[in-house]
Amino acid sequence: MSIEYMGLKEISGPLVIIDGVKDASFEEMVEITVGKQKRLGRIIQIEGETCVVQVFEGTMGISLDNTRTRLQGKPLMMPLSKELLGRVLDGMGRPVDGLGEIYPDKSWDINGEPINPVMREYPRNFIQTGISSIDGLTTLIRGQKLPVFSGSGLPHNQLAVQIVRQAKITGANEDNFAIVFAAMGVKYDVAEYFRQSFEKGGVLDRVVMFLNLANDPVVERIVTPRCALTTAEYLAYERGMHVLVILTDMTSYAEALREISSSKGEIPSRKGYPGYLYSDLASLYERAGLVRGCKGSITQIPILTMPNDDITHPIPDLTGYITEGQIVLDKGLHQKGIYPPVIVLPSLSRLMKDGIGKGYTREDHPQVANQLFASYAKVQEIRALASVIGEDELSDIDKKYMRFGRFFEAQFIAQDFHEDRDINQTLDLGWMLLGLLPKEELDRISPELLESRYVPMDEDEVAKLWT
Amino acid sequence: MAEQVHGTIYGINGPVIKVHSEHAFQMLEMVLVGHARLIGEVIRIVDKETIVQVYETTTGLKVGEPVISTGKPLTIKLGPGIIGNIFDGIERPLSRIAENTGAFLKRGSVMDNLDHDKLWDVKILVRRGEKVGPGKVIAEVQETSSVLHKIMVPPNMEGEVAEVAADGQYTINQVIVRIQEGKTIHNLTLVQEWPVREARPYKKRQPLDIPLVTGQRVIDTLFPIAKGGTAAIPGGFGTGKTLTQHQLAKWSDADIIVYVGCGERGNEITEVLEDFPKLIDPRNGRPLMERTVLIGNTSNMPVAAREASIYTGITLAEYYRDMGYHVAIMADSTSRWAEALREISGRLEEMPAEEGFPAYLPSRLSEFYERAGRVENFNGTEGSVSIIGAVSPQGGDFSEPVTQNTKRFIRCFWALDKSLAYTRHYPAINWINSYSEYLEDLAPWYEENANADFMEKRIRLSRILQEEGKLLDIVKLIGSDILPDEQKLILEIARAIRQGFLQQNAYHEQDTYVPIKKQYLMMDSLLKLYDRALKLLPLGIPVSVIRNTGVFEDVIRIKYTISNDDPGAFETLNQDIAARLDALEADYRSSERVKVQ
Ligand SMILES: Nc1ncnc2c1ncn2[C@@H]1O[C@H](COP(=O)(O)OP(=O)(O)O)[C@@H](O)[C@H]1O
Ligand SMILES: [Mg+2]
Repeated sequence: MSIEYMGLKEISGPLVIIDGVKDASFEEMVEITVGKQKRLGRIIQIEGETCVVQVFEGTMGISLDNTRTRLQGKPLMMPLSKELLGRVLDGMGRPVDGLGEIYPDKSWDINGEPINPVMREYPRNFIQTGISSIDGLTTLIRGQKLPVFSGSGLPHNQLAVQIVRQAKITGANEDNFAIVFAAMGVKYDVAEYFRQSFEKGGVLDRVVMFLNLANDPVVERIVTPRCALTTAEYLAYERGMHVLVILTDMTSYAEALREISSSKGEIPSRKGYPGYLYSDLASLYERAGLVRGCKGSITQIPILTMPNDDITHPIPDLTGYITEGQIVLDKGLHQKGIYPPVIVLPSLSRLMKDGIGKGYTREDHPQVANQLFASYAKVQEIRALASVIGEDELSDIDKKYMRFGRFFEAQFIAQDFHEDRDINQTLDLGWMLLGLLPKEELDRISPELLESRYVPMDEDEVAKLWT
Repeated sequence: MAEQVHGTIYGINGPVIKVHSEHAFQMLEMVLVGHARLIGEVIRIVDKETIVQVYETTTGLKVGEPVISTGKPLTIKLGPGIIGNIFDGIERPLSRIAENTGAFLKRGSVMDNLDHDKLWDVKILVRRGEKVGPGKVIAEVQETSSVLHKIMVPPNMEGEVAEVAADGQYTINQVIVRIQEGKTIHNLTLVQEWPVREARPYKKRQPLDIPLVTGQRVIDTLFPIAKGGTAAIPGGFGTGKTLTQHQLAKWSDADIIVYVGCGERGNEITEVLEDFPKLIDPRNGRPLMERTVLIGNTSNMPVAAREASIYTGITLAEYYRDMGYHVAIMADSTSRWAEALREISGRLEEMPAEEGFPAYLPSRLSEFYERAGRVENFNGTEGSVSIIGAVSPQGGDFSEPVTQNTKRFIRCFWALDKSLAYTRHYPAINWINSYSEYLEDLAPWYEENANADFMEKRIRLSRILQEEGKLLDIVKLIGSDILPDEQKLILEIARAIRQGFLQQNAYHEQDTYVPIKKQYLMMDSLLKLYDRALKLLPLGIPVSVIRNTGVFEDVIRIKYTISNDDPGAFETLNQDIAARLDALEADYRSSERVKVQ
């Protein structure tokens, strides 16, 4: 029976300080009893007999002398079992769906352990999402971490749902496919939107949902993605499943981290975020991947809203430095009524190069993708010019680019929320649009390939073929 | 040697712990922390309180656990078994750790850095009675098919050879030579130790007048780095830092590559581990892995070991330099190392300078880059260490402290540009903001080894690009239609230079690496085309007509149409282009005559 410590020395935001503690270990869990209520906390700093504890449920109602604290002798553990599939849990992994307790098969430290880089397997398998802008230009690979950079008011949730609904993962079938969904600081209706769409898609029993909603305790938000990823690791590495993890909203997560850091009085780096934000985010994102000798895989799609639509803000910036690319959504495209508003130039999939082309998608894929990027980049230049001298003053070739740009956005980028295009359709569509440009302009495609695939198109033909 | 407890843990804050003790620890001494014996390093001493940074996660440590002094600074082992291997930031062998503990890294995996059981074929090179000094090569071991490992007398040791073993097979810990220095006998094995934070000594520095040839056109031709030089690659995420580093690790003409993955992605290390054994070194036909050593301390591995990884890497590099090799070290990314400094400094509650970075950031950076150089070693050989550091500026903004301070200590700046990367112009090295301060010193080498007028041509090429930059500012405002033909031609040839020469496809079998001689010939074809086309303008031939002949496309495609081992094809191409433009001229002249008549 461990000792109970009465009272506290100090309370500061989500943190409490306890004096006279013996035998505490770093990052150990504690149980704090406040009246009849029990709360959980974690020791985040020790100095002699003084411990700094972060309280997951918050410190409201706690006074210096109404608590009893007991050390639990272990870090925060996540109870794991295949029975988690289909369950809804709170941000710390406790069931909230009224379906009873989980009987764990294993119980793992939520912090996980870093994968030894020599034991990783390089991801190469294409995941078809049925969305042209992703499959064609920022291809998602099994085992990749590919975030969506969004802004408030943009349809990132729809996009995530569409990906989940349409994703075809090589090697995955009904029995070995799972989704782990972690909500951090999102509104109730957002979480509900996801739940309903999982239900409609008939996958609800393949989903584990972790919900830390906007009005749930901020400190809990720090552990939500860790509980979720520990679950994903269990399903992937113990149960051989292909797991798609959706983490939303990483911005709320990082803000929670900042809040705790400032309560501790730490020296901030940029915009008040702690200096270790990069390492902390990496400790989550790097939990995606493939491990040699394990059948399963973990693919991550974190979603974050860029504060002020600023991609250089520390949260998207540090995320982009860790993840294997990013899918960027754009307000301008959204306002033009284009769904999904994926802005392709700053979007990138770093793993695409090894997962497309012959033997993976289609032989012409790398060149078509390259050419579409290059031509669309040129469109941006010409649009800038047109906004100065007027579209009428443009040269003929520039006008062709303007036309290409419009069609590219309206037909390649834009697609219906329910439209599922396979990779051949996506690439054929790409060729059709390139047909709007003269052959000499297509400098990213080899002469042989042009010979066999290029067909010049005029506007009417494209429009006709399309409808 | 029984170790005793020298102190006990008093406080724990992430990777930083406070130790109380009566024992006087030394600054930067290596210590073993807690019952798990985690490796740590003393970073501050105040009276009876000692601060230690721990190279592993400190979860589970308790106040009162022992801290053991080792009496020596953080040291790594240097000997056969390094090349072809992968280590973490403090030289623990990741492959053997995986054999022992599986796919995930556990704490307290104390392991021998180098394989102690492996037998190496040793050839002894000294005789009894011979006088030897620092750096003297006493034996040789074929470490990999590409690398002959030289076993040397450690720095700061000299004497007379008292005893030698016979040629034969030895493990790294067996004594092969005894040296008598005064009354002491030194037992030399295949390994020596060296404290990572200290630069290994050499006899004297040599001028930096030989390039590190990388096979990357924009680097070799426009912004070359010298062997023994320093370069920084700054760029926002996704601009191509890692890929450029990988390209240099693959193709540069160094004898040894030290690749430090410092706080970056696990998959990027995996990629090297999968690719390099399959890729062939163009210089000797051996797998590239046979000349490469990897240090992998990824972003999710402990932060203090990330801080150390840079020093471990540079120490390995210096050790091979001492053998007379040209070594290139890639550090991806030095920003993560600077952030590790910041993180530790923050936990020590030091007064920060800019953006939370400690005030000693500049001095640490300069100490690191100063360890580059081309030198004459004590044993008379010549070797070099070239440093190529990636910088990951926050928000992609080059005015931040790490980029700015790095710029003070490097001499080659390859600025990666987000807008080039967005348009998939790779490598996205901006030709206006980048520079190399080695150009002048390297000019004689280029003139001798590439072509006598290499530098002249290089200047012409970069002038055209500068000119284009100015013209594009105008075009943005008024379009290109109303520019005079000379200027249109500049735009046209500059486009060809950008697409045909500056852009280089890392994934194309031929284009991934291009020898200097071919780089020269490509430049030559581009300029010949420009000169010839320029002569057509006074005849009233519009640029658009010249363009329609397809000559620009032909030079742009050289990288794909002329293979690296076929310089003869350039002559044919140049003649063909000249002939087509001659025909165009003849055509015009005859139609002019018709008009006149
Ligand atoms: N020389 C190149 N050739 C082809 N693609 C490149 C080249 N340089 C960069 N890329 C592309 O850019 C992506 C990002 O490059 P990377 O080196 O990972 O960027 P960083 O390290 O700066 O974040 C790569 O995955 C690759 O697709
Ligand atoms: Mg990188």
